[in-house]
Amino acid sequence: MSRTNDRWLVGLGGDGAQRESALRDLRQALLRNLCKALSKRTADDALLEDAVQDALMRVLGRLDQFQGRSQFLTWATSIAIRVALDELRKRRWKDVSLDAMMTGADFVPQHAIDLESAPEVQAQRRAILDAMQRVIKLHLTDKQRIALLAELKGMPQDEIARQLGSNRNAVYKLTHDARKKLKKGLESAGYGADDVVALTAN
Amino acid sequence: MSLSKQQIDALMRLISRTKDSEIDCEQCLAAVAEFAEQQLAGKSIAEGLQAVEHHLSICDECREEYEALRRTLDKMDDEKAG
Repeated sequence: MSRTNDRWLVGLGGDGAQRESALRDLRQALLRNLCKALSKRTADDALLEDAVQDALMRVLGRLDQFQGRSQFLTWATSIAIRVALDELRKRRWKDVSLDAMMTGADFVPQHAIDLESAPEVQAQRRAILDAMQRVIKLHLTDKQRIALLAELKGMPQDEIARQLGSNRNAVYKLTHDARKKLKKGLESAGYGADDVVALTAN
Repeated sequence: MSLSKQQIDALMRLISRTKDSEIDCEQCLAAVAEFAEQQLAGKSIAEGLQAVEHHLSICDECREEYEALRRTLDKMDDEKAG
């Protein structure tokens, strides 16, 4: 039976049989929705059930943050999906070391220039890459460099955070600050966003 | 381990999309359900949700989570219609 947002909130915020019933309904609905969301990613029932249990705790812990701008179940499902995907990413990247990834790292190598493109395009791309290299060397902190490089190499922010002893929001802030510095550096060198986009096509 | 040409291009695209003020992953999570429902309904993006759309264009993990949520909503929609 589908519940309105108010019925979810009253049920989960109540006690006794009413709360038990709401919890049971939410657990079943989240499991059903996670199966729909991740059927192509995993057939690990235990992982999904653990994710639902973890998500239930998180949903209950932030009931007061639900603003009623969506269906309650959609909101709770978004939380469950984050929990489940976080676990899947963690398993996939568990043997990859951030330190090993950073060994000998060269951010902007010369091979990033297509030697078959027109000479003026090569020159402009080389100038942009040089400007990026300067900003990376002179203005990014070690943590910003590490987070940005690892993210570009495909390591999920959750995993970068785990290895840095941080959290996903903090890693996002590190990479955001790094991107802002790079953007500002390129602008100072005379290259706006449109120039940068145009050169990615070459 | 150097960045590949494709990774450099990805960085350049990210730089070009970078704004001074961006929401973080927790703020995105708080609003992504509303964003997904509005997208499913074919509504234009409300002003307050433009920051979510922008975050999804930058953050691979949040975009992956959003796409999984959309898959779920699409399937639920199909079930209702069927």
